[in-house]
Parts: sequence; C-alpha cells; structure tokens
Amino acid sequence: MSEKFDVIVVGAGPSGNAAAYTAAKAGLSVLQIERGEYPGSKNVQGAILYANALEQIIPDFRDDAPLERHIIEQRMWVLDDESFVGTHFRSDDYNKPPYNRYTIIRAQFDKWFSSKVKEAGALVICETTVECLLMDGDQVVGVRCDRQGGEVFADVVILADGVNSTLARKAGFHGEIQAGNVALAVKEILFMPQETIEARFNVKDEEGVVIEMFGKITDGLMGTGFLYTNRDSITLGVGCMLSDFKQNPNRTSPYAMLEKMKAHPSIAPMIAGGEMKEYCAHLIPEGGFHAVPKVFGNGWMIVGDSGGFVNAVHREGSNLAMTTGRLAAETAIAAKAAGKGFAAKQLAGYKSALDESFVMKDLHKYRDMPSVFHDNSQFFTTYPELVNRAARTMLTVDGIDKKTKEKEIFSSFRKSRSLAGLAGDAFKLWRAFR
Amino acid sequence: MSTVVNVEEKLFQNRYKVDHGRPHIKIRQPELCRNECKVQSCTYVCPAACYKAEGNGAVTLITDGCLECGSCRIICTELSNVEWEYPRGGHGILFKFG
Repeated sequence: MSEKFDVIVVGAGPSGNAAAYTAAKAGLSVLQIERGEYPGSKNVQGAILYANALEQIIPDFRDDAPLERHIIEQRMWVLDDESFVGTHFRSDDYNKPPYNRYTIIRAQFDKWFSSKVKEAGALVICETTVECLLMDGDQVVGVRCDRQGGEVFADVVILADGVNSTLARKAGFHGEIQAGNVALAVKEILFMPQETIEARFNVKDEEGVVIEMFGKITDGLMGTGFLYTNRDSITLGVGCMLSDFKQNPNRTSPYAMLEKMKAHPSIAPMIAGGEMKEYCAHLIPEGGFHAVPKVFGNGWMIVGDSGGFVNAVHREGSNLAMTTGRLAAETAIAAKAAGKGFAAKQLAGYKSALDESFVMKDLHKYRDMPSVFHDNSQFFTTYPELVNRAARTMLTVDGIDKKTKEKEIFSSFRKSRSLAGLAGDAFKLWRAFR
Repeated sequence: MSTVVNVEEKLFQNRYKVDHGRPHIKIRQPELCRNECKVQSCTYVCPAACYKAEGNGAVTLITDGCLECGSCRIICTELSNVEWEYPRGGHGILFKFG
C-alpha cells in the first residue's frame, strides 16, 4: 500500500479534531483514524467547553455546534457527611454573548467537530484501531491499523490517542503511566424535564450552573466531584487519584463512591427523579507539569490527554487539548513549508509554541500542586469536616455566646491539626498556588 | 463505606458491541494473581467490576462491560500481569453521551 499523507492524526477527540481541522484547512493532506463507531463514541468528559480555545480554531462555532447551556453560575462546595459550605458566583456578565463557557455532551459535540474536519478536507476513517507506529530507523513514517493491508504512511503522525497514550508507550517514547499521576472519574447522566432543571437551579432558557465539590464525598481520598446542568439532563461525577483508589484500606469502588455522593442530603434533592441513561468511567491525567512526557520527535507529536495536558486545579482539559492540537498542526504546516524534512529538529517549534502559550505557563504555575495535595490528604478529609463544623457551630442559635463558639471552633481546629500543622498547610497552599 | 452497589444495573444502560471470543484485556498468568497478589486491587478499583475475586483466591476477568479506562493495567504495577489493548475498531463500549 503506497498511500501517503502529509499528516496522520490518531484519534478524534478535541485535540485530534483541532489538529486535523487546522492541518486540512491549510491545505495539507490529512488522514484521521478513530477507533470508535463514530467520533465521540469512545470519549468521556464532564463536560465543560471553554469557548476561547475553540474560537481560535472555528470562530463561528456557535452557529451550529451542539451546546447545552452557557454557564452563568459557578458553585464551589466543601462537603462533610451531612452538610456543605460553599461559595456561589453568579453574574449577569456571563449572560451577555458571546458566552464564555458551555456544558456540552461529548458524543454530540465530537460528531459535530468531526463534521467540520471533513468539511475542511480531511479523510476521516472510523471503526479502525491503530495498533502501532511504523518506523524507518528512528523516524516515524506511518501507522499500522487493524484492517487488512492497514499500513498507511505520512510525513508526520500526530498522536491524539487519549490518556492511555498507547502508541507512544509501545514505541518507547515514554513509560507506563504512574497511578499517582491520573485520576479515575466515574459519572452518570440523569435525564429530567427542562423545567425541573430550571426550577431547581434557578435558571431560565439556556442558562446553566456548575457545582464543583470536594470533601467527604470522596471517602477521604484526594478527589473532587461535580454536577453540571445540561439542557434536559444533569451529569454528576466523582473522581480520585488512581493510586488512592488502589491504596484505600476501605477498598471503596468508584461506583460505590458515586452512589454515596448521589445519596448526600445536599445532592439527592437536585437529582431526584432523574432517569439514568449512561454510566461512564475515564482517566484524567492530573500529574501536571512534571508528568508531561517528551511531546515531539522524529516525525511525531503528542497532543491532548495523551501528553498529559490537563490543568487539574482549574478543571481545564479540553481547551488545552484543542490548543495543543492546533499548535501541533501549525508546526506540521510550517515544517512542510520549510521543506527541510520532518525530523525532531523541524518539529521543535511545537515545544516552543507550547511554552509560549497558556498551556505550559499554567501547568508550570501549578507544578507543585499535585504533590502538595497528594502528600497532604488533610485538605480533603480534616478540613472539609472542620469547616462544616465551624459553620454549624457559628450559625446554630442555641443561647451560647459567640465568643465561646469561637473558642470551640478554634479548639476543634487545634485538636485536629497542631498550630504548626495549620500554619504549614497554609504555607504549602500559598507556595503551590502563587 | 460498605454500600452494596449493583454496578450491573449501571452498565445495563450502556451500549456495547462485544467482540465475542476476542477479549481485549487478558490476565497474563492467572496463577500470579492467586499466589503472589495480596491486595487484588483490580477487584475493587475497576469501575465496571470486570475483575472478580473468587472464593479459591483466583481472579477472573470478563471484559464485556469494560469502559476502556485503563486503570487495571496501571494499578498492576508489581506484577504487570494485565495485557491491555484497545478493542478492535468499532467494538467495545459505544458511548451515547460520553
């Protein structure tokens, strides 16, 4: 088989679609290979779409992209077993188009994005799993698929094959993923009438609410939960570091954790009556800056989750995916124009572009965050309980004077954490966030 | 936390195209799970409960409900006893919503 393309993109998630679209739009011959029945059928996300990253690729995406609700209110909850303490930020600014972020349903969104990739001129093949990269010495020259005669060739292969990064691992570009660098998240989608969602969350038309949660819902493990409002459904999920799931002496399964979360007295009323139509699980690369592997070499570049491009602190991933996909494609376009081949040297511009972009700048800013939280589980166990107890003590009117209540709260903190521990925790957080 | 949760009910809502007779994940050496692995963490970490701890100490694997997350391969660090590939093109989990 002698078919050869300028670029092969493996995978049709946000990073792969961004790469294939950008390369095809610039006139390169692009083959995109997706193992799912259709683009999106293997992909899982919360899901929030941040408009900016997509705007840079398809400025008028709002005209026909399947968007659920634009987010006007962001809630942050810290939970213990019975209660939560939270902040809500709601602003009419978020109600002025163009909207900043949306909830989306990935199977629908990815299908739409893929239709744009095809319009741009790429050849998209589904139901085909790429088994391995084809090498000529140390130069990647193509891929082998699980179809008869499934060898196809290209100047550049862009690996957008997702968090498991199967192809780069097999090729020896990097090793196995560490359990401490990925979160395992599970979620359900629960359908209910649009009016019910709008009444429960105090929104109308296409307005939506996001709730990010942490605390006791994760069984004392380092993790978070989320609730997103779609048009006529709610997605509800919970995730923890995979290493913590493994080492948890309670041997709690992810689905038991999800069930416990659904039964929480503050969460249950919001989802009551919802009809569950799908249960998903997915790994999220949360190792941050230090876990990003080598992302380019002779004839290859890695984009999206496959390269670990997720900002776990801000719950951002798809925007990093689209941006890395676009930058990799722009690098391939420039290399082709330069006409000096596609060795690592010619693709090094990808890394510089990443470093110049918000992608690596943000990952660098939070480079110590994963280890701080990983080594200090009190942020996910002790503090949520203390904060909730403090709020309950202060807000319960029972004839006890406020000064005494303050003392009680302070002593409960002291009992759980020494003064040095409290100060140390504050310092660690400040260091990691600054 | 001892909540008994029937994950089969959850998986029942999902759409799959099972590649009959060609499981994409295999336990390399079953005797290693039985004899060398104390924790058998795959039996509680797998979000689709594909791995079952049997009474005789063995671990059995049925991949039909697999959600293709990759956790089992990554947590089997000590023994590297999980042979993990994606299913053949078009097979496995087919997310309706994702």
